[in-house]
Amino acid sequence: MQRLLKNRELLLALIILVMIGGFATRAAGFAAPANLANIFNDTSILIILALGQMTVILTKSIDLSVAANLAFTGMAVAMLDAAYPGLPLALLIVLAVVIGAALGAINGFLVWLLQIPPIVVTLGTLTIYRGMAFVLSGGGWVNAHQMTPDFLNLPRLPVLGLPILSWLAIAIVLAMWFVLMRTPFGRSAYASGGNPTAAVYAGIDVGRARFLAFVLSGALAGLSGYLWVSRYAVAYVDIAAGFELDTVAACVIGGISIAGGIGTVIGTVLGALFLGVIKNALPVIGISPFAQMAISGVVIILAVVFNARAEKKKGRIILRERAAKEKLA
Amino acid sequence: MLAATQQPDTGSMSESAETPILEMRGISQIFPGVKALDGVDIALYPGQVTALIGENGAGKSTLVKILTGIYRPNEGEIVMDGAPVAFANAQAAIDAGVTAIHQETVLFDELTVGENIFLGHAPRTRFGLIDWKTINERARVLMHQLESDIDPTIRLKDLSIAQRHLVAIARALSVEARIVIMDEPTAALSRKEIDDLFRIVETLKKQGKAILFISHKFDEVYEIAENYAVFRDGRMVGSGRLKETPQEEIVRLMVGRDVHDVFPKSRVAIGETVLKVEGYRHDTEFRDISFELRRGEILGVYGLIGAGRSELCQSLFGTTVPASGKTFLEGREIVIRSSADAIAAGIVYVPEERGRHGLALEMPIFQNMSLPSLARTSVRGFLKAANEFSLARKYAERLDLRAAALSVPVGTLSGGNQQKVVIGKWLATRPKVIILDEPTKGIDIGSKAAVHAFISELAGEGLSIIMVSSELPEILGMSDRVMVMREGLMAGIYDREGLTAETLVRAATGNA
Repeated sequence: MQRLLKNRELLLALIILVMIGGFATRAAGFAAPANLANIFNDTSILIILALGQMTVILTKSIDLSVAANLAFTGMAVAMLDAAYPGLPLALLIVLAVVIGAALGAINGFLVWLLQIPPIVVTLGTLTIYRGMAFVLSGGGWVNAHQMTPDFLNLPRLPVLGLPILSWLAIAIVLAMWFVLMRTPFGRSAYASGGNPTAAVYAGIDVGRARFLAFVLSGALAGLSGYLWVSRYAVAYVDIAAGFELDTVAACVIGGISIAGGIGTVIGTVLGALFLGVIKNALPVIGISPFAQMAISGVVIILAVVFNARAEKKKGRIILRERAAKEKLA
Repeated sequence: MLAATQQPDTGSMSESAETPILEMRGISQIFPGVKALDGVDIALYPGQVTALIGENGAGKSTLVKILTGIYRPNEGEIVMDGAPVAFANAQAAIDAGVTAIHQETVLFDELTVGENIFLGHAPRTRFGLIDWKTINERARVLMHQLESDIDPTIRLKDLSIAQRHLVAIARALSVEARIVIMDEPTAALSRKEIDDLFRIVETLKKQGKAILFISHKFDEVYEIAENYAVFRDGRMVGSGRLKETPQEEIVRLMVGRDVHDVFPKSRVAIGETVLKVEGYRHDTEFRDISFELRRGEILGVYGLIGAGRSELCQSLFGTTVPASGKTFLEGREIVIRSSADAIAAGIVYVPEERGRHGLALEMPIFQNMSLPSLARTSVRGFLKAANEFSLARKYAERLDLRAAALSVPVGTLSGGNQQKVVIGKWLATRPKVIILDEPTKGIDIGSKAAVHAFISELAGEGLSIIMVSSELPEILGMSDRVMVMREGLMAGIYDREGLTAETLVRAATGNA
């Protein structure tokens, strides 16, 4: 039992299950498979963005521009679709990924070559990308009737009982697991955050690892731009305002160390689902949206306290071992 | 113990007026795995300078930290004016009249001279606000006593290094101190500034303050100090009056044992030249460096802290701004722009602080070991855990690494085993040249011997080794040749045969 509790992914999964069970006693049908699938689908975009954010955080950086990137890219592809209804959807999606990756590359270059702290860079580009969305659209909206039906419907198409949006999230989770666990880039991301100096001595280009993490985060934000606009059937400057904080929160709750180098894909997914369950449950049991924000905030701080305590414990174990060894000697 | 109590007796018979202001008796300081100080006795007399002499790691800084209330000793007592005292914290030491001028001056660039001097004990007005007028007046008086007319209202960042040092001294004197500790105060000063500093020390002596003066430089010590205490490996190995003690005696005390016996240096057939460095130079760190390194050879690099040894080695490894000059590996000229280039060429660097530079503590052992060798363990560009494990297992066995499993985080291992992971990680890259920066710093005597044996073994297998060390016995015992650096220049290269500690110390300090 002790060992089970020490595995924080398992613990988080247990907490989520208990929460679902608890909410089900207050709102009948909350735990029904259809509703759970719905919650997952609702959280899909957060999962995708949080995985990009996680990669950046692993390298001891942070990307505050993901939501602004999403807004700009979403606006760009929505306007293209409205202006040239003949463009194939596949091209638009590829374009969304490429634009997002390019915006991410701007962040990455500033961090890598100019050595500006990531929080400053992305705080700057956050406002720049939002501003670009405004300039691009002139402050106007792109509404559902202006977009082509294909553009709007793709994420909703059910395949084997789940919408394509959900399947896409699952595919990205698997791909990200592969990238982080099985590629040299993934390993260099962990090493760059875990101990940048040691990484340099081991022949890893820490700046390049950070750059690639920002490009990856940007590409996922671009893809999410299309998904968001088609899912909510509208594009305007302020979509997903403040959503970057949700992605950071999902990472922190999922056990990603804000100091870099520690964390797993499954932890991030569970962190995002945790937020998704709360977001979907609180209105059902009649709690106001303002209280929701406060509750999310409390949960995030608790998660950070929990992380800090988990890391402290390890230090004590080392000392005890050393003490034991001294006794033997 | 008997001998220790007799020493002050003989002293008081010849000069009966002398009673120490402060005495430390039987002080021991134990850190996990290391006994930094072991039963040390030292006494400080009014109006006299006591020089504290010892190699890096001999325990000098630990002693300073105890005197300034930063560490609390595990054993022993501190006696001031005949009564035992215990410093609960740094403020308690200051209140008792102990002040220190540290090696790296702890000052704030963006604050003014006056603010820096009185930070933490600023005079207040009767409303409890900071009394700027008094601060600046008193700061001006203090600077004047130091024969300097630095304006107390200018910001520290506008001062030269030597002027900053004066501010640090003024800060130390701004409290009512009877004991002044100077931790290598001359390291960053020119000869003229040193003379100025010594005039200040003379003034302090006349005021009856007791001064503990820590320095590497023998000429300075003989110039300014009355008494000496030599530390080695955490013990005080000798003390007395400098007037009656020749320099050779002090060097002998500092170095101690006859070094060639203790070190497991085995005879190794030295082969052809592997690494050749010609006219290596860097704008600010070092210049005119040329040497050759042969197969199976251990080249020791000795020098004082700040002589440019680590900078040279890091530059060879490609982690700092590249220097100009030529580097040849096995006869072919190589250009190293990054650590990845160096590793690919077969040069690796084992950094000084394994925790900070060597390992990602949260990563499993096998991932730390394979980190520089991923190109070799990967298959078609993808990581292959099985290969990483077999590589890690091979070196874990060879180095006798004690760990529950290779998948546990390195942070859970003891210090000695962490060191083995670092070494294994570098051996796994199959290097030709291995650069060891202070390989035994901060580890206990027993582990040191094991590390030395292992270094000899590596040389025996045909590796070429550059070993940076500040410990004379280690340098003398392990090296085939020794390169001495002083202030960024090569002060000489010496062969092992007939080499003495005195030669190296003279070359490193510039004393003819």
